[in-house]
Amino acid sequence: MSQRSEVLLWGAQRVSAMVLALCVGVHLVTMIIAVRSGLSGAEILGRTQGNVAWFAFYTLFVIAVSVHAPIGLRTILGETLGWRGSATNLLIAVSGVILALWGMRAVFAVFGGGQA
Amino acid sequence: MQTLKVRIWRGAENGAFQEFEVPRLESQTVLDVVTHVQRKCDPTLAYRFACRVGVCGSCAMTVNGQSRWTCRTHVDKVAENGTVEIAPLRNLPVVRDLVTDMREFFDKWAKARGRFTGSKTRKDDFERVSPESKERKRVDAGIECIGCGVCYSACDVVSWNRDYLGPAALNRAWTLVNDVRDTAQAERLAAVAGDAGCHACHTHTNCTERCPKGLSPTAGIAGLKRAVLSATLSGKI
Repeated sequence: MSQRSEVLLWGAQRVSAMVLALCVGVHLVTMIIAVRSGLSGAEILGRTQGNVAWFAFYTLFVIAVSVHAPIGLRTILGETLGWRGSATNLLIAVSGVILALWGMRAVFAVFGGGQA
Repeated sequence: MQTLKVRIWRGAENGAFQEFEVPRLESQTVLDVVTHVQRKCDPTLAYRFACRVGVCGSCAMTVNGQSRWTCRTHVDKVAENGTVEIAPLRNLPVVRDLVTDMREFFDKWAKARGRFTGSKTRKDDFERVSPESKERKRVDAGIECIGCGVCYSACDVVSWNRDYLGPAALNRAWTLVNDVRDTAQAERLAAVAGDAGCHACHTHTNCTERCPKGLSPTAGIAGLKRAVLSATLSGKI
């Protein structure tokens, strides 16, 4: 991978980390408030389904995870197992796509009303 | 007379520790101990030193698991249960006993473009750099490195990624990035970018913790990360 790409990956990981810090905070606070208010699963789904703002928030969350985690995993594989090169990069790209699909499946289930 | 047990690495990569007993003296440094062993116990012991007073940096070794200048390390401060273990610097090939081959360490300074590139000749006037300028202050913060290799030995990332340039080379690059006279900035930023460069640093701060000169290569590396990203986004590298 070119040096330019390496630097951009580093930048993407830092930016996604900032987004994640915000998203995790909002997610945890929301969960705690919902649980302490005694809301049931059905009541929570009633509030999330069709809500464009929550859909956008969790889509952003999933994108940040899909960017951040594979880049970190790539570094871990390189440093601990010595796995570097195009095969590892392909594996990492696939893991990012899987994470994104998995996450968006959950987002659509919670906000579209399907089965998660 | 009170004595001190010393375990000293013998051999090259596949060596073993050998135990010696030396007289325990007041204000004794670890370098004094090594010198005693070589002069009184085993003249074949190989080690490196020059100034003995913390100027040259050539006596750096691993003492009880930590990279240090042995001439500036008092036995009082490091002895554990009357024992001191002395090994060569980590992350460098061992030539013999306590002597390491420092070539890769200095080759990486060259790879990080650690040499000044100017545009003026001896006929030009001096460049005026204000001591109060932001750049000059950053240079001052890192310029006192004497290349002893303690930070390189203490760095976890070097042990995980043999190509990683290491704290000293990157610290040198950072001082030149802030040298307003230098004309090879884009080439230098490209040289320190990527997986073997500044972006591999995990900010463990071992280098800053262990630097005998009290420098912070970690801060310089963080500066390089920002400078390289900025140069990449603006298309300069």
